[in-house]
Amino acid sequence: MATYKVVGTSMRKKDSMQLLLGKPLFVDDITPQDALVVKVLRSPHPNALVEEIDSSKALLVPGMVAVYTYQDSPQERFTMAGQTYPEPSPRDRLLLDRHVRFVGDAVAIVAGETEKAVDRAMKLIKVRYQVLEPLLDFHKAKDNPILIHPEDSWNAPCPVGADNKRNLCASDTCGDGDVEAVLSRCDYVVEHTYQVKACQQAMMETFRTYTEMDRYGRLHVVSSTQIVFHCRRIIANALGIPKSKVHVEKPRIGGGFGAKQTVVAEVYPAFVTWKTGRPAKMIYTRQECQTAGSPRHAMDVTVRLGATKDGTIRALDVYTLSNTGAYGEHGPTTVGLSGHKSIPLYTGGLEAFRFSYDVVYTNVQSSGAYRGYGATQGIFAVESAVNELADILHMDPAALREKNIVREGMVMPAYYYEVANACALDQCISRCKEIFNWDAKYPIRDMGNGKVRAAGMALSMQGSAISNCDVGSATIKLGDEGFYNLIIGAADMGTGCDTILAMIAAETLECSPDDIVVFGADTDASPYDSGSYASSTTYLTGKATEKACLELRDNMCAIAASMLKCDVSQLEFQGDGVYRLDGTGFVSRGDIATASMVNNCVPAQATVTHSSPVSPPPFMVGMVEIELDRETGSVEVLNYSSVVDCGIPIAENLARIQAEGGIVQGIGMALWENVTYTPQGRVLEDSFMQYKIPTRLDMGTLHVEFAYSHEPTGPYGAKSIGEVVINTPAPAIAHAIFRATGVWHRSLPITPEKILMETGHG
Amino acid sequence: MEIQLTLNGKKLTCAIESDTLLIDLVRQQGCFSVKRGCETSNCGLCTVLLDGTPVLSCSVLAARAAGHQVQTLEGLQEEAEEFVGFIADQGAEQCGFCNPGYVINTIALLRENPDPTDDQIRAYLAGNLCRCSGYEGQLRGIRNYLNWRKEERHGNV
Repeated sequence: MATYKVVGTSMRKKDSMQLLLGKPLFVDDITPQDALVVKVLRSPHPNALVEEIDSSKALLVPGMVAVYTYQDSPQERFTMAGQTYPEPSPRDRLLLDRHVRFVGDAVAIVAGETEKAVDRAMKLIKVRYQVLEPLLDFHKAKDNPILIHPEDSWNAPCPVGADNKRNLCASDTCGDGDVEAVLSRCDYVVEHTYQVKACQQAMMETFRTYTEMDRYGRLHVVSSTQIVFHCRRIIANALGIPKSKVHVEKPRIGGGFGAKQTVVAEVYPAFVTWKTGRPAKMIYTRQECQTAGSPRHAMDVTVRLGATKDGTIRALDVYTLSNTGAYGEHGPTTVGLSGHKSIPLYTGGLEAFRFSYDVVYTNVQSSGAYRGYGATQGIFAVESAVNELADILHMDPAALREKNIVREGMVMPAYYYEVANACALDQCISRCKEIFNWDAKYPIRDMGNGKVRAAGMALSMQGSAISNCDVGSATIKLGDEGFYNLIIGAADMGTGCDTILAMIAAETLECSPDDIVVFGADTDASPYDSGSYASSTTYLTGKATEKACLELRDNMCAIAASMLKCDVSQLEFQGDGVYRLDGTGFVSRGDIATASMVNNCVPAQATVTHSSPVSPPPFMVGMVEIELDRETGSVEVLNYSSVVDCGIPIAENLARIQAEGGIVQGIGMALWENVTYTPQGRVLEDSFMQYKIPTRLDMGTLHVEFAYSHEPTGPYGAKSIGEVVINTPAPAIAHAIFRATGVWHRSLPITPEKILMETGHG
Repeated sequence: MEIQLTLNGKKLTCAIESDTLLIDLVRQQGCFSVKRGCETSNCGLCTVLLDGTPVLSCSVLAARAAGHQVQTLEGLQEEAEEFVGFIADQGAEQCGFCNPGYVINTIALLRENPDPTDDQIRAYLAGNLCRCSGYEGQLRGIRNYLNWRKEERHGNV
């Protein structure tokens, strides 16, 4: 492995002390406190038509400014999904629609000078609904006579298999080889359906946006978003105004996890400001986040896994039914990962695969992007099926995997025929067995007090950016005294990408990360970047940063050549400046900066844009030890060990925190985070009182290590880490619970009630 | 109504409504470190010290602070600065939105119990949710700080 000076070290995030000392950095801290308060009146019905809406009394409340209804809304349909244009998600939304499609759908936008006035006014708006029969069960959605989007203005710009007359948001099938033929020749076929709920990202900072008109009469948007450029386009689409009239910037973001890859809150204050000319702000309540956010797609993933009796996995057939809810944000794309990022794990002896899916509309909250983005659901299913196979074959599940996994250099047919150029998954398994002490912990141990200890395991993969699609860009600029500005359009949402990209710049420019000042993201000032999602930032924007810095080195040499009155070929860039190769001359970075500002035609800056034809998968192994109480069904996570192959981690401490954070989110999804609906379609878990995310008493001891591979297309060998880390806990914990109880739980979350009822102790 | 209180060492007279919450009062006074993460007293983000005791400012009426001392992270910068660097070394602040509540509660813990075990730390901070870090790095940071402090004190003896 090459040795680097900066890459691979641990580093404090550039904003760490400001964050830890509670400085005002977030949307609601840095924008005026007297902006108009914007709230949304929400539908109490899952499927209804607004027959009449009377806001006359509401507008009489002192301080009230406006109430907007469907009659005020632009009529061009759009999608809120933050994706590259033309978005794969169908255009199925209006800012305000007469047809409301879930409990929580927007009925009116209400703006006033104080929160009290708005709250009072909301109660005075009289709405008469024509209540329609809802379609709540996604298993019955396809070709149901109840249509979620009967309107003719619905349209899907990309060929994703969508059909609003069949409640289909997307549908497709693909494969390699003859799955049925291979399955028929297998000694064993494991076939089950695995269910994952519409879990919430539950980032600590809810959705929030501030809007004002700027000095040029443009809409200035300060929002907690992962996607400033998509946000600009989507706001303009929603309001029916030119893109040039919108300017979006993000301050610090209080967590995103994909939630803020959808333009959830922005359009409402934007509309108010555009209509009234006044500054406006919308702060989502936690309840709104839980009921009108953009959670994970609930999926039923059916796996048919065929294997020989000696444990060779020969065929995988995966069918996913995904529930996109009332609108199609990220519906056609999340589902793809449920197969394309689970099946390739077993490329080893795989002779055939098939992957097909339907994504359906229903009258529940619209889903969106949540860390893992469909891979989480697919991996819960495929990894559980592999664990079930190990049990049938009486094989050690780690040994079964070692026999079948993808290895470096293999072509992965289920992963768009990409080659695994960097893959240390085999080392991940062997190292994880060691640190977890797998051979000692895998046997079930009766603790003699009604409790048993058991272990489980799972593998995971993800991608690094969307191949042939995502765009990462970086501008690097030399400033006075020789410091550098790094200007990006990617969004640091706590992940540390500002720091990680500065480290890549510092490695390339042979300087300290302290010499790099980072700015982003701002649609008026940043170079175009798709934004921070799809595990893209380190891999893609990182590569753009490396390339921009190499270009700047050349430009600095060109400026130095005129200073030293020689040809560029006689010069060499080193971190502190430019040297003559013959040792007779040197100009410092600071001198070059000064020279660049006087009578100079060579830019002391460079902007590079980068896309990738491949999306190199990071890999991971997770092993969990639980203690299960047979009397109560309660499960305590004792230890979670994992080894991650994210290529070369740029900042090892930040990569470790990403892994630990993802694992704990995965533990929450496996054991507690539930989403249930009343028969009237209302979400029951609408606060942290019911929707229990893990506390620090719930996750046991975490142990994360890295297995290094070197990805040739990534910056300094890096792949991604942001998403791969959430995928192992659910299947590993389900495996451990099976080991402790003898019952496979194929539906998340695995609550004590379920454990008791299904083991017959209840 | 009008109340008097001491906010971060400064005596204030504030006009409030009878139903004003302490979180809203301190934010109106520019203490933006105090964050709202839920409406159900579950997240711990809005923790402040009321006469030195950690309370959830979303669940305390501003009127209850009349005549009392309120401290937010703005008023505890020096005490915080000593240990938060150890969290920064781990990268465990992540998005930072939960940090002020968790930092204040850690200050309260260490005032009460200067040498806590890992389990005592976990238990005391259990009400401070963090969705980013997975908690382990925060624990490592506090542990490293306590070890450093022991060595410092040992060194000074």
